[in-house]
Amino acid sequence: MQGASQIRLTVNRRTHVLTVGHAAADVDPADTLAHTLRHVLGLTGTKVSCDRGACGMCTVLLDGRAVLSCTLLTVECDGCSVVTVEGLVDPQTGALHPLQQSFVDHTAFQCGFCTPGILMSAKALLDENPVPTLAEVQEALAGNHCRCITHYHVLEAVQDAAGRIREAAPAGAVGTTEPSAGDAAPPVAPGTAGKTG
Amino acid sequence: MATNYRHIGKATERADARDIVTGRTRYLSDLEVPRMLYGRVLRSPHAHAHIVSIDVSAARALPGVEAVLTHADVPDWRVGTPRTVRVLDSTVRFAGDSVALVAATTEAVAERALELIEVEYEPLPAVLTMDEALAPGAPEIFPEAPGNVVSPGTPWFGPECLVNVQMGDVERGFSEADAVAEGVCGYENIPNPLPAEPPGVIAHWEEPNKATLWVSSQAAYQDKVVLFFAFGRQVDVRTIGGPCGGSFGSKLMSVQLVLQATALSRATGRPVRLVMTKEEHMAAFVLRIGSRITAKVGMKRDGTVTAVAGDWLVDTGYYSMTTQAQVAVGCGEAQLVVRSPNWDLRSTIVCTNRTASGIVRGFGGQELKCSILPVVSRAMAELDIDPFDFFKKNYVKPGDGYYWRDGQWYTYRGIDYTAAMDAGAAAFGWKERWRGWLQPSAVDGTVRTGVGVGVHGNVDIGESVSEAWVRLDPHGAAVIYSAASEHGTGQPSNLIKMVAEVLQLPLDKVTITPADSAITPFEFGPVGSRGTWAMGGASIAAAEDARRKLLERAAPILGRDPSDLDTRDGLVFPADSPENAIRWNAVIGREGSVMGEGRFDPDFTLANCMMTFVEVAVDTDTGKVDLRRVVNATDAGTIIDPPGLENQLNGSLGSAGIDSALFEETVYDHASGRVLNANMIDYKWRTFAQLPEMKNVVLETPVDSHRFHAIGVGEVATAPGPSAVLMAVSNALGMWMDEYPVTPDRVLRALGSVPARGRQGGGHAAPVSGAATDGAATDGAATDGAGSCGDGHDDRAADADR
Ligand code: FES
Ligand code: FES
Repeated sequence: MQGASQIRLTVNRRTHVLTVGHAAADVDPADTLAHTLRHVLGLTGTKVSCDRGACGMCTVLLDGRAVLSCTLLTVECDGCSVVTVEGLVDPQTGALHPLQQSFVDHTAFQCGFCTPGILMSAKALLDENPVPTLAEVQEALAGNHCRCITHYHVLEAVQDAAGRIREAAPAGAVGTTEPSAGDAAPPVAPGTAGKTG
Repeated sequence: MATNYRHIGKATERADARDIVTGRTRYLSDLEVPRMLYGRVLRSPHAHAHIVSIDVSAARALPGVEAVLTHADVPDWRVGTPRTVRVLDSTVRFAGDSVALVAATTEAVAERALELIEVEYEPLPAVLTMDEALAPGAPEIFPEAPGNVVSPGTPWFGPECLVNVQMGDVERGFSEADAVAEGVCGYENIPNPLPAEPPGVIAHWEEPNKATLWVSSQAAYQDKVVLFFAFGRQVDVRTIGGPCGGSFGSKLMSVQLVLQATALSRATGRPVRLVMTKEEHMAAFVLRIGSRITAKVGMKRDGTVTAVAGDWLVDTGYYSMTTQAQVAVGCGEAQLVVRSPNWDLRSTIVCTNRTASGIVRGFGGQELKCSILPVVSRAMAELDIDPFDFFKKNYVKPGDGYYWRDGQWYTYRGIDYTAAMDAGAAAFGWKERWRGWLQPSAVDGTVRTGVGVGVHGNVDIGESVSEAWVRLDPHGAAVIYSAASEHGTGQPSNLIKMVAEVLQLPLDKVTITPADSAITPFEFGPVGSRGTWAMGGASIAAAEDARRKLLERAAPILGRDPSDLDTRDGLVFPADSPENAIRWNAVIGREGSVMGEGRFDPDFTLANCMMTFVEVAVDTDTGKVDLRRVVNATDAGTIIDPPGLENQLNGSLGSAGIDSALFEETVYDHASGRVLNANMIDYKWRTFAQLPEMKNVVLETPVDSHRFHAIGVGEVATAPGPSAVLMAVSNALGMWMDEYPVTPDRVLRALGSVPARGRQGGGHAAPVSGAATDGAATDGAATDGAGSCGDGHDDRAADADR
C-alpha cells in the first residue's frame, strides 16, 4: 500500500475523506469497516460482538444492502455509502424512523446490544420488500443473534413498522401487494402476558 | 388491582428506549477515557503447566507498548473461595489461563506484542473431568484443594452456610415408600450464558491506592464490595456501572479481568481498557457449573415424597468463586420443589483443569434440579403419577418450611402458586396431551411428539441489602440515587415507575443516577430475582420517606396535619381540598431539596415460581429434536411492566436456559483440554428462523411483599425448561434420556441407530433398582454397568470429531 492514499466514505449522508496509513487517525489497511465507524468516526451505535461475521450485531447498510461491517475492510469500501443506526432518524426533523419508533413502542429490546444490527437488517428488508411475510422477516433476521430472546417482540415490531411505513407513504409509493396469508398468523404469540385469571 | 395505578402495570416506554434505538446507549466498549490504553492477555495453550521462563523483551521493545507484565511483576491480589487465583501465576491451570498482560496505545499493537512473547512451559498432568480429578493420586490443581475437593461453604452466607440437606430419617422414609427409584443423572454440558457484549473493564489507578473502575455487570456496587476484598482490603475502589449488554449473572465474575486491567493501569499510570474477544469470552470466561447426582428417591402412590438421598458432585472448573454459594442456594431450592420430611443430600465441589464455572442464572438450583428431577421422574413413572400433579402437590405452600442458604429454617408465607400452574396447564392443554410416562402424545411416521413439564422457584428474591435515596427537587421532579443499571430487564425504568407512582409524578419527572459507587448508597443488585421486591422495596421506601418529609414541611404552611395532605404532579394539597394546592417549591424553597432514605433487609420467607410446559417433536430418522411449543406460567403478584415481563419470560429459551437441553454445550477436546467450539458458528444458538410457539400465562395474586404486592420473575425464567425438555424427549421416544443436550447424535445412539462410541457423557443416568424403567436403558448403562457414570468427556471429544 502506497503512503498518502485516500478513500472516500459517505456515512449517514456525510462524506469523509480518510487517509490510509498507520497513524492513529488513519485508516489502517487492516482496519475493518466496523472499527473505522466506531473508533475513527466515533459512531459507536454499530456494535461488535463476535468480530468474525457470525452474529450480525455489526450490521450496517452498504449501498443499501445489509452487510457485516466486521468482515469488510474499510479500504474495500472506497466510494461507498454507508448507513448506520445513527443515520436512521429523519435528518430534517430528528424524528425516529418508523422502525425505531415501533421498537420503542413494542419494547423490542432487552439489553439492546443486538438492536442496532437488527434495525439495520430490518431496514434493508423493508426497503426491498415493504410487505414481508412473517417468514420473510424471520429469514431476513436469521443472521442476527439476540441472546436475551427478544425475537418475538422484534418480529411484532418489524411487522408493525412495515404497516406504519405503508400507511405513511403516498398511494403506490411502496409495494402494493397485500400481505400474504403467511402474514396473518404469527407462529408466536407476543403480548400474551397479562391477567388471565 | 393494577388497573387503579397510574404507571404500575401499564406498558410504558422504557426510560432508555430512545437511546437504544438510535445507538446512543454507551456500553463499556463504547467509552473513551482520556489517555486510555488497550490491554490484551496472553493465554496458555496448556491445560496445566508450569511456566519455566517468559521472555518479554521483544514485546516491551515494540513501539506503542507501554507495559508487559508477567507473574513476577504483579501485585498479590487474589480471587476465589478460598483465595487461590492470582492476577497472574507461575502455574497455568486451564487452556486459556492468563500468562502475561500487555498494555499498548492500540489494540492492534497490543495484539502484535502478544505474539512476541516467548514462553517456555513444562506441561503437567491435567485432570479434565470430575472422575479424573477425584481418582486416587490425581494431580492437584491447588494446594488449597487437597484431592481437588474445594472446601465447602462460603463466609458470605455465615458459619452455617448450607452444604448438605439433612433432616429426618431417610432409611425410615424409604421403608415407607411405595416405590424407590435410584439413578445417576448429570447436567454437565456447561453451556455458556454468552451475553452479546463480551466481558470487559476500564481501570484507572491513581497513586497511592485508588482504583476507578468502569465495569460492565448488572451490579456495579456489588463489584465494588467483591473487589475491595480481592484487592486485599488495601485499595479504595470506585465502580461505575453503565448499560450492560447482557450478563445473566456471568459478568459479576469479571473479577480477575478487573484486577489485571488495574495492574496494567498501575504499571503505566494510564487508564487501561481490557475487553475480551468473543473467543476469549467462550474459552476463558466463566461457564455454568457442571452437576451430577447419584440419587435415591422414595415416593408414595399419592405423590408424597418420603425420602431423598443423594451425592451431588459439582464441577467448578479450575477454581471456585461462588460455587459454594450456588451449592447452598441449590440445596435450598430443591426443597421448594420436592417436599420431603427426610433428606440426606450431600455435596462435593470438584476442581478440574477447565475454564472456571462462575455465576450463571439458575445459580445452583437449575443445575441441581436438571440433575435430580429425572431421577424423581423414575419414581413418578413407577407409580404412574402425572408430573404436573406431582409438582403442583409438592411445590412450596404457605406454612411449609425449608433450610435456606444460611443453614437456617424458614417458614414460607407467600402465595399458593397452584392457580398459576392450573392456568398454565389449561393454556398448554396438558391434560389432553399427557399420555403417561414414556408415551408419545402423537406419532406421525418417524416424527414422535412428547410433552414435559418443570417447575422452579427461588427464595433469594429477598436476599441481601438494597439501599436507595430519593431526592425531591423544588420544581416537581425526583431523582433516585441507586446503583441499579440496565442489563436488559428494565430494572431502572421499573424503579422509576414505582417511585413515580408513590410520588404521583409523570414518568419523565423521575430520573435515576448513574450506578456510580461514589454517588449512590449500597445496592446488591438485580441477582437472585430480587429486583422487583428487594430493589423495588428500597426505592419505594425512599420515595415514601421523601414524601413524608415533604408533607411534614408543608403542614405548617397549609395549616393542616401532615396526615391530611397529599401530593401529585409537584403540588401539595389537603386531600379534602385539592384547590388549595401549593407547589413543591413553596415547601422546599428555591434552594434546597428533600431527601428520603430507603432500605431493604434480607427476608427469606417469600419465593417466586415459574412452571414451564414444552412440546417437542423428535424425528427418529435424523435424531433431530424440534421444540414446538412452550407455555410458561407464573404469578407475578402485580405486573410492573407487561412488555418487560413478557421479554423476560421469552428469555426462558436462551442464556443457557431451555436451549441448554436442546443444543447448547461447551465442547472440550479431551486430549488438550481446549474448548473446540469457542466461536459463534460452532456454538449453537437459537435464530429468528427457529422460534417455537410461545405463550406466557401470568396471574396477579397480591403478595405480601411491598406496597405494590409484586414479586417478579427474573432469574428463574430459564430454570424449569431444561428438565422439561428431557422429560418430553423421553416421552416422545418411549425411553429415558439422561444427557443434556439432546443432540441428534445422542438421540440416535439412544435409539441404537448409531453405535455407542465409548462411554456415555457425564449426563448419563442408569437406573439401579426399583426404578420404573422399561429396559430401554441408555447405551451407557450397557457399557458401564448399572449405576456407574460416564466421564463426561469422551463423548464430547467424539462429538467434536464429527
Ligand atoms: S460482530 Fe460482526 S458479525 Fe458479529
Ligand atoms: S436484547 Fe440483548 S442481545 Fe438482543
